[in-house]
Amino acid sequence: MPALRHHLCAALAALPLTAGASHAEPLNVLTWGGEFTAAQQVAFANPFTEATGQPVRLIDVDSPTALIKAQVLSGNVTADVVSIGQADAERLCEEGLAEPIDPALIAPAPDGTPAAQDFLPGGISECFVATDVYSAVIGFDAARIGPEAPATIMDFFDLQKFPGRRGVLKEPRFTLEMALMGDGVPPGQVYDLLDTPEGLDRAFAKLDSIKDQIVWWEAGAQPVQLLADAEVAMTMSYNGRLFAAKARDGMPFEVLWHGQVYEIEGWMIPQGAPQLQTALEFVAFTTAPEPLARAAEQLSYGPPRASSQALVGNWQDSGIPMAPHLPTVPQNLAHALAIDVDFWADNDVALTERFNTWLAAG
Amino acid sequence: MALPTYASKLERVWHWAYLAICTAIFVFLIAPILVVIPLSFNAEPYFTFTEEMLSLDPDGYSLRWYDSLLTFGMVAPDAPRNAAWWADMWTNARWVNAAKNSIIIGVFATLLATVLGTLAALGLSQREMPARRAIMAILISPMIVPIIISATGLFFFYSNPCEALTWIGLNVQCGRLAGTYPGVILAHAMLGIPFVIITVTATLVGFDQSLSRAAASLGANPRTTFFRVVMPLILPGVISGALFAFVTSFDEVVAVLFIAGPEQQTIPRQMWSGIRDQISPAILAVATLLVVFSIALLTTVEMLRRRGERLRGLAP
Amino acid sequence: MATPLDPHAAIVAEASGLPPAAPLTTADGQPLARALNRSRRKARRQALLLVLPLLAFVVITFILPIGQMLHRSVYNPGFADNMPRISAWFAENPRGTDPDEAAWAALAADLTEAAEARTIGIVGTRMNYDVPGTRSLFTSTGRQVRGGLEPPYREALLEIDGKWASPELWAAMRTGATAYTANFYLASMDLTRDNDGNITEAPKERQVYGMLFMRTFWLSALITGMTFLLGFPVAHLLATLPTRKSNLLMILVLLPFWTSLLVRTTAWIVLLQQQGVVNDIMVWLGIIGDGQRLQMIYNQTGTIIAMTHILLPFMILPLYSVMRTINPSYVRAARSLGATSWTAFRRIYFPQTLPGLGAGALLVFILAVGYYITPALVGGSSGQLISNMIAMHMTETLNWSMAAALAALLLAGVLILYWVYDRLVGIDNLKLG
Repeated sequence: MPALRHHLCAALAALPLTAGASHAEPLNVLTWGGEFTAAQQVAFANPFTEATGQPVRLIDVDSPTALIKAQVLSGNVTADVVSIGQADAERLCEEGLAEPIDPALIAPAPDGTPAAQDFLPGGISECFVATDVYSAVIGFDAARIGPEAPATIMDFFDLQKFPGRRGVLKEPRFTLEMALMGDGVPPGQVYDLLDTPEGLDRAFAKLDSIKDQIVWWEAGAQPVQLLADAEVAMTMSYNGRLFAAKARDGMPFEVLWHGQVYEIEGWMIPQGAPQLQTALEFVAFTTAPEPLARAAEQLSYGPPRASSQALVGNWQDSGIPMAPHLPTVPQNLAHALAIDVDFWADNDVALTERFNTWLAAG
Repeated sequence: MALPTYASKLERVWHWAYLAICTAIFVFLIAPILVVIPLSFNAEPYFTFTEEMLSLDPDGYSLRWYDSLLTFGMVAPDAPRNAAWWADMWTNARWVNAAKNSIIIGVFATLLATVLGTLAALGLSQREMPARRAIMAILISPMIVPIIISATGLFFFYSNPCEALTWIGLNVQCGRLAGTYPGVILAHAMLGIPFVIITVTATLVGFDQSLSRAAASLGANPRTTFFRVVMPLILPGVISGALFAFVTSFDEVVAVLFIAGPEQQTIPRQMWSGIRDQISPAILAVATLLVVFSIALLTTVEMLRRRGERLRGLAP
Repeated sequence: MATPLDPHAAIVAEASGLPPAAPLTTADGQPLARALNRSRRKARRQALLLVLPLLAFVVITFILPIGQMLHRSVYNPGFADNMPRISAWFAENPRGTDPDEAAWAALAADLTEAAEARTIGIVGTRMNYDVPGTRSLFTSTGRQVRGGLEPPYREALLEIDGKWASPELWAAMRTGATAYTANFYLASMDLTRDNDGNITEAPKERQVYGMLFMRTFWLSALITGMTFLLGFPVAHLLATLPTRKSNLLMILVLLPFWTSLLVRTTAWIVLLQQQGVVNDIMVWLGIIGDGQRLQMIYNQTGTIIAMTHILLPFMILPLYSVMRTINPSYVRAARSLGATSWTAFRRIYFPQTLPGLGAGALLVFILAVGYYITPALVGGSSGQLISNMIAMHMTETLNWSMAAALAALLLAGVLILYWVYDRLVGIDNLKLG
């Protein structure tokens, strides 16, 4: 039985820890706050403490990258583990601000597949191990959208067919990708196009076509609020927020998975973390297939391992099966795009500037 | 303001229009603050007056948002409210912790700013003070330089204090400042100092130097003169300055965002993330409490000012 | 024994028959002058001693950090520190030299070493500021050269990526080879360098800072104007009412002044948002339909309204203190001599309020150009000011040198205004409440 075997695995991994001295100092884990922290508390922190006796302190921060960079450069690191996007993790890793993580520490899949093959591409890299996949999708209110629901990302940009305002993330990342897909570009060609001036012009032109109908949002909670207040007819949103509004608050929100853009999130250990050994144990413990599946049951962000997918049950002790609401199940991945880490590492600053200029041009 | 008897009809019309305009501006000044207070008692999670509220139906009002200030962040908010619940609230509730942090940081920053600022103001108000204007300009500058610039500078300084200190020939063992209470306290003291300088020097302008001379001539030593003669007279100014410094620290968010660690969560920082994420009426409950707090401070400062003027014989 | 604080005290002490502070053995004035001088020096020293602790404190916690920031704006050793060999080659060979095999070998050795030390990302990031899109060239090359490269290095590197031959890249590397650079200032003025090192305009779609500086100054001027229009009548009313009434009304000015900035900003969000109080009232009054609710926040309008409100007391208070000193008999005299009320106001009253107006306007303008919190919360995209861009570079793009350069330019603007304020108004005349 895979689950049992997995528990054994986890228990074995934990053995040397419990045998060690008592842990007084909690492990400091920086994370994103809100429901995300709550999910990690249930799925990662509590089981880890139970298994090892090591207390874990989840700390909410606004922007982990600046904090980590400052801490490492000043040689006064207080964080042991950080939850961070793949792109930021690789960037900090290449700047020597993160500790390498040996992939051999990560538990293999129940069927014996090594972790490196079990994770999504990019899920394990030099200093980074993935914990979840979050996605930017289009959300709409099924009760108000009219007789015909939008079926493709092209419909988001079609003001004739679906009149009304649109909520859009005020950042070039996710937004430019969606604009190109909304213009009919297949996901596989998006980044090739964005790398050319013509492709960029095309993305901005597509956004121009709906610009006067756009309501911009920045924080993850805003698009759901916009939809609930009927300020917009459709909105870009992170899928987890839409699911929570639907499952918990009973809002009639639907998700359009066509054209979703997803990014991998995971753990990174800052260079010089005070409890490096414990931090590595925490990372190894939480990224085994079982805890990743538990996390996906808390929040509708997909597990980054193929073997975790099958272990995902219902949403938070309810009767709602979680799998159909995850960005990583095959039916939702049909027309999907993964964030290209290298592209954004190269172009983030330049495109943020261009995006701001374009926004300010009225 | 009375209208002179010789005013023409046009002037009368203009006079009333003028009063109407002034009233409108006063409404503009005060309405935003007043609107927040009733809305914080809203039973619904909206930022506008519901039908029930307008018809003064008691069901339209509730204390739920004030209660949420206590329960937010607690481990077991729904447990019965016994000693364990209160202990849980005292250690875990986010807003309670933010209030504790704000008060700790505010008090220490105020003490530091007030002691240093008062001493400096005494020096600055002496006639023999060399380069008074230049020094004054430097000491006031933390108030003039945009906070984002000060915070940026502090961010660099705190991430590497040793490097900068060696520039001025100080080779000290410098510990960590970013993400510590002393770091935030030093920053807030620096931001509060101009207020102490301004209020205390303003008090000293009306201070009659012959009083300390008289004390000296009667055999009092400088310490006795300071504590028995000077201090009682400038005390109202010192306290006003301290209150200004405290409010500056209590309201400060940019430096905290840049240099504080996750442990130094203060009330403004908690509000900042609350407003950016999703404003719930809980923010309005905090806002109302802060308005009450500022009314108390304003009253204190006004009373001190009048007392100070009376003592110095500037007002009847 | 009493220590006289100033020369007068010495005289007083002498006259009062107490033992004098300095031995006054003769009466010819010479020793007295010396005594006076000594006591003056002592008083100076005492005054300085009182100020010194605070001065040291402000220098260390404020001036020094600002100095460090200024240093950061021209100093970025990201390339020079981690690519020492190629940097040395640039130092030896003048601009225009084509990279020879020695250069390629130095580059290859540096890349290998940086990749192994995991500092290649720092190098790539530094280059990316000057040539967008080159960061991954460094990091991906770094991944491939970890085992070392075989000569000839030029061919080996070009094999990995043809972009290594780009003259633009070599020009940027030459700039990066010296840790001190003015490039971040150029970038914050929408300028850049071409391959020959000449200063040129940045591409149109990247020109954003000039526009933001303009917007910051224009909006600050507009807000200053608004506070003048709203503050003048109120200050006049307060100054001319009987003390009891004016003290009461003064509370309406001082209460917002004492209330938390975040509270006031929140209040404006509550009032102005689409489902907010003002829109509700207008719908209820039938001025607008439910479907036409106005967008008054998360744009420039929101920034202007909220900032005008927040800065209004800074205009009213100095105006009020000047207006209170204006003698009403001048205006009455003008009226009795036949001036209309408008002429009397324009020619007699208004000129006398100018000192207060100047003080208030400068203060409001200085505070407005540096505002960050309010535009960040209510400004949307069109209401962002230069401060928000500094914050973005500090916390999001982590381009700290750029943030420092923008901050330095803003600081220069503010300091000029501060100097003007000190000349015209005098720092000692700054009053609170």
